Amino acid sequence: MSILFKKFTLENGLRVIFHEDRSTPLVCMNVLYDVGARDEDPERTGFAHLFEHLMFGGSLNIPNYDEPLQRVGGENNAFTSNDITNYYLTVPAANLETAFWLESDRMLSLGFSEKSLEVQRNVVIEEFKQRYLNQPYGDIWLLLRPLVYKVHPYLWDTIGKEISQISEAKMEDVKAFFKKFYCPNNAILVLTGNTSLEEVKKLSEKWFGVIPKGPENKRNLPAEPEQKEARSLTVQRDVPIDAIYKVYHMCSRKDKEYYSVDLLSDILSDGSSSRLYNELVKSKKLFSELNAFADDSFDKGMFVVSGKLSAGVSMEAAEKGIEEELLKLVNGKVSEKELQKVKNKVEATLEFSEINIMNKALNLAVSELFGDADLANHEAEKYLAVTAAQIQQQANQIFRKENCSTLYYLAKKN
Amino acid sequence: MLNRTQTPAINEIKKAEIIRASEFRLKNNIPVYYINAGTQDLVRIEILFPAGMWQQTAPLVGSAASAMLNEGTSKLSSKLIAEAVDYYGAFLHTEITHDFASVSIHSLNKHLPNVLPVVEEIISNSIFPKDEWSIYVQNKKQSFIVNNKKVSFVSRKKFAELLFGNNHPYGHNVTEADFDKLKREEAFDFYKRNYTSKDTIIIASGRVTDATLKLLEKHFGGMNGSALVKDQQAVKSTAQPGVHYVEKKDALQSSIRMGKMLFTKDHPDYPSMLVVNTIFGGYFGSRLMSNIREDKGYTYGIGSAIVSFSKAGYFTLSTEVAAEVTNNAIKEIYFELDKLQNEKISESELALVRNYMLGTFLRSIDGPFALADRFKGIYFCGLGYEYYERYVEAIRTITAEKIMDLAGRHLKKEEMIELVVGKK
Repeated sequence: MSILFKKFTLENGLRVIFHEDRSTPLVCMNVLYDVGARDEDPERTGFAHLFEHLMFGGSLNIPNYDEPLQRVGGENNAFTSNDITNYYLTVPAANLETAFWLESDRMLSLGFSEKSLEVQRNVVIEEFKQRYLNQPYGDIWLLLRPLVYKVHPYLWDTIGKEISQISEAKMEDVKAFFKKFYCPNNAILVLTGNTSLEEVKKLSEKWFGVIPKGPENKRNLPAEPEQKEARSLTVQRDVPIDAIYKVYHMCSRKDKEYYSVDLLSDILSDGSSSRLYNELVKSKKLFSELNAFADDSFDKGMFVVSGKLSAGVSMEAAEKGIEEELLKLVNGKVSEKELQKVKNKVEATLEFSEINIMNKALNLAVSELFGDADLANHEAEKYLAVTAAQIQQQANQIFRKENCSTLYYLAKKN
Repeated sequence: MLNRTQTPAINEIKKAEIIRASEFRLKNNIPVYYINAGTQDLVRIEILFPAGMWQQTAPLVGSAASAMLNEGTSKLSSKLIAEAVDYYGAFLHTEITHDFASVSIHSLNKHLPNVLPVVEEIISNSIFPKDEWSIYVQNKKQSFIVNNKKVSFVSRKKFAELLFGNNHPYGHNVTEADFDKLKREEAFDFYKRNYTSKDTIIIASGRVTDATLKLLEKHFGGMNGSALVKDQQAVKSTAQPGVHYVEKKDALQSSIRMGKMLFTKDHPDYPSMLVVNTIFGGYFGSRLMSNIREDKGYTYGIGSAIVSFSKAGYFTLSTEVAAEVTNNAIKEIYFELDKLQNEKISESELALVRNYMLGTFLRSIDGPFALADRFKGIYFCGLGYEYYERYVEAIRTITAEKIMDLAGRHLKKEEMIELVVGKK
């Protein structure tokens, strides 16, 4: 299992990675920009994501991004996280040049249309309402992030702290943001699929080579200080069922400990044989739903345990149930069999993810951002090397009362 | 000097070759349709039973039976089933659709011999343990109560009821009371009758070899029985066109859903109607998206679709918009419908849609699992692969006049159901 690739860097600093896959009639182009919500001004949160929308509002020489792409049979999308903004598309192989034309023009310069800014502000505000406000439990992360983080910009969600900051976004902010972050030396271009290295080299030089280099961005974010005492927040909302969220600080996706922590979360919560499901949903019947996951953020992240309580169960009993399960991992080692199980699952998951040229492109891009695209080919062995002792050590490190922020999300009594 | 205002040459998509499924019969006559493709040494096996919504004897019975397959057999507890599958890194998934129920497994080939015995066991020997049953019903009901707080969920259910009627198997609007009426014995009886070799098929995709087929023979070639599947043909759908409104006082957004009964995939106009739908609301650059999101900023998204189950098909569109612009959005939807029926599409827009749809078709046949899905798409509508030839032909040859004519005949405003859940 290995994604063979070639890498070269243009004079303007754009890193280009190519993986050939002749089994598909398509080519995927993935452009990762090293900018996310964590890079925003605390008074202008939600901006990186709003900016992602504006990237579809026309560039210097092309009034509309989507139309020419659809005209050649292509399809695209993008996402913004706290860490990165990623744009990806697939085109029939014969129309690859159109992808280069479109992506390079919007890296060269946006169109900065006032109409696009006005409309996309509204679209994003409706997205805010649809996903965060007009949904039961939708505002969970708006409440949790500022509880867990006090200093680091992970304290706000990618959608932003509040709608008003989005509606205040101005064209001068858009221009400054583009100039600072959307330059070739702050991006990684990955191509996967049915084309050749020669073609990729030729087209990269032709379309991206002439884009001027931008400023160097040294990221200097405030580190989150160690949490010294337990925090909690209780809210009442118009939801039918009480929920609890327990969030612990953990290492970052880039740390070597990450693999142990990720397996730790799998032991607790991956699939119907996992501990939380069997003990607390099935056996003790404390929860109707219960999950744990390890955040894969690039700075120090969150280990989250969240559940919806079964009818008639008290919050105290539910929380005690979770704490007892976590304590078992602090006090005892997982068995070899249980460890092997989660490792086998990771191995299969990685193998299945390589069916898709878009997954492969994103994996290569993120790995390159971490320092070397080839890291994508060493994920499995890092998971397989994790020991029971390392998992226990991480459980000890993470599941401390003073390291925890708890959100009690209560159903409003009518 | 590079001229960036000049579009690179557009190459027409000439070839879109679909890899067809091969057929192999197990000794009990269950057909195995398999697609050997892809680059990874893994496989997806789907076993499809006539045990979907269409066949179920009462609301929720089919989904309950499907879920209970994971919950215990005469030999294995639910926990042992889960462990046996998880240990080998495989993914076991049971679900129902409108027309069938599926038990599917994703596995690396090296582990397949270890996981198939578990799949065989749950299909043949499930016992629906009482304790597991009550946990299932209770948790399912809770999650239903949560979902019922979402305007999109309420509107989807209500729309199906308005389209098919509450007594139709595709149209029943599930309520909390349905969970209280759900009986373990009925679900178990449904399982016994419907999860047999009768009308069951297997679809294998990925790296499928002789060894894979031998394993399928070993584990599923001995299955038998003859299903006494309930025949629902007599139930007529009863669409209720017109304006419907479910008020949600505190809603920030309204869910708008419109649509009407149409025909199934075997209808001669079906492929061409997919083109009409794409223009109207079937892709990011569609008329509805361009107007209601990209011009007005009323919504995060709007889309339309043409859906065909085995026994019925329909047209639908849906969106969630700011509550205060609900009526404006509806007005714009009708404006676009009117335009579709009365104004000739430009050559340029039609060319764009043709190429976009051909590209989408190419993506839809890329990789073994996608190919298996295309097979399912024809099998359950009683069609052969020539359907896809007709589809590509329709994309290439449809004319502006035909688009207006089809939109006028098949998307009549007076036949539309118009549903708002939220505030207006």
